[in-house]
Amino acid sequence: METHERLSAPLVLEYPFTRTTGPVIGAFLTGLREAILLGIKRADGTVLFPPTEYDPQSSESLYEMVEVGQDGTVLTWTWIDKPRDQSPWKQAHALALIQLDQTDTSLLHAVLVDDVKQMITGMRVTTQWRDEREGHINDIEGFIPIEGSGV
Amino acid sequence: MRKVAVVAAASRQEEKMLDTEVEMMIPLITKVRESVGLQQTDIDFTCSGSSDFLAGQAFSFVMTLDAVGPNPPIVESHVEMDGAWALYEAWVKLQMGKSETALVYSYGKPSPGSIRDVLATQLDPYYVAPLWPDAHSVAALQARLLLEGGHTTIEQLADYAVRAGRVSDHEEYFSQPFIADPLRDADCPSYADGGVAVILATEGVAEKLSDNPAWITGIDHRIDAHHFGVRDLTMAPSVRLAAKNAGVSDAAVDVAELHAAYTTHEVIIRREMGLSVRPNAKQRSYPLAADTLMASGLLRIAEASRAIWEGGAQRAVAHATAGHLLQQNLVCVLEGGQP
Repeated sequence: METHERLSAPLVLEYPFTRTTGPVIGAFLTGLREAILLGIKRADGTVLFPPTEYDPQSSESLYEMVEVGQDGTVLTWTWIDKPRDQSPWKQAHALALIQLDQTDTSLLHAVLVDDVKQMITGMRVTTQWRDEREGHINDIEGFIPIEGSGV
Repeated sequence: MRKVAVVAAASRQEEKMLDTEVEMMIPLITKVRESVGLQQTDIDFTCSGSSDFLAGQAFSFVMTLDAVGPNPPIVESHVEMDGAWALYEAWVKLQMGKSETALVYSYGKPSPGSIRDVLATQLDPYYVAPLWPDAHSVAALQARLLLEGGHTTIEQLADYAVRAGRVSDHEEYFSQPFIADPLRDADCPSYADGGVAVILATEGVAEKLSDNPAWITGIDHRIDAHHFGVRDLTMAPSVRLAAKNAGVSDAAVDVAELHAAYTTHEVIIRREMGLSVRPNAKQRSYPLAADTLMASGLLRIAEASRAIWEGGAQRAVAHATAGHLLQQNLVCVLEGGQP
């Protein structure tokens, strides 16, 4: 052999399988693509958002999906001054638990404001959608304050 | 119930260890076996806890079995959890009546990567993990609820940080900027590489291996709701339930070894377990000052046992947790004296 080229092969660290997201999470993600937010009703009439296939307290199966509001309230938050490398956000933002109207639980997502001074627990926010949506939690770009809503 | 005791322990924690996991565990496993005069062939069951996510390799624990010596063949199991849960599995195995001794060990080596980010991979894969929230930011959401809800004060968090040795006084605490508003660096765990190994033995054997076995008189583990927004984050019902089932408040507690990796966790754990908010007994070591994923919980059980062996405590409580919001909890009560 004349050449001394090293044999090499690419190594991709991955799970070599796919799985379906099922009737509840799948419907939620499809809803995101259509800019619709879907929760799920529990036996006592309260609404879980984001939805799960089962009631986390009673373990009962849940089936009745309901559209919920796109405005919500910030329950708690922290400030991300320098987003970590993997973060979907490149600018400073707040990470918050947001309870949307017509729901009884909260969602983790970003509140897109420029300064930590704009953040206060109880503030009202609304969903900001990306233009290109693919059925993924990041179809929501984040939540933005509702001007003049106060706390 | 068969009486089971912790009869020996060996542990090591360092900020950054150059040894591999196998090199780290060989001296610990050797030391813990030698301290009670057992060889691997004398041990009926071996169970370990570690994280493939941290090692970046599936079945990484199989390599670490080289530190045990699995030939001749051993009866062995593993949990992708803190070693406290490996101890629980071993305790159940001993209850089945066919085994009398067990080796339990666990380890974590976070220093090669950024564990603060790696921990995001254990969160919900559809709703949360794609947002890559780092561990301290998630803990901060709970901290704000505790502070704004009047469940604790910044001064109380500063007290915990001082007691754990993260800062020397309040002045140093308050001079730190927020690392994840409202948490400061001193509120968050300082990560360490490390490992721990313990030996368990049943009644009749334990007394031969130790002058003062630390008898497990109660042990239970529980889990809270998976989604962040479902539970009131100022509470941890799983701690309360595990503590009740383990019988924590049946008698006085001399030593409480708590797996509180954040100052805010200590507030919740103490309240849910019914322990005094201002403890007079110091812990022997603090996860806040040196937290080792998969080992901190088992280390709490080892430290509580040591307090009994050395005569500093008659009744000790150890707590282990998993999750930056205290989602999963184990409580173990240990007592000296007769089984």
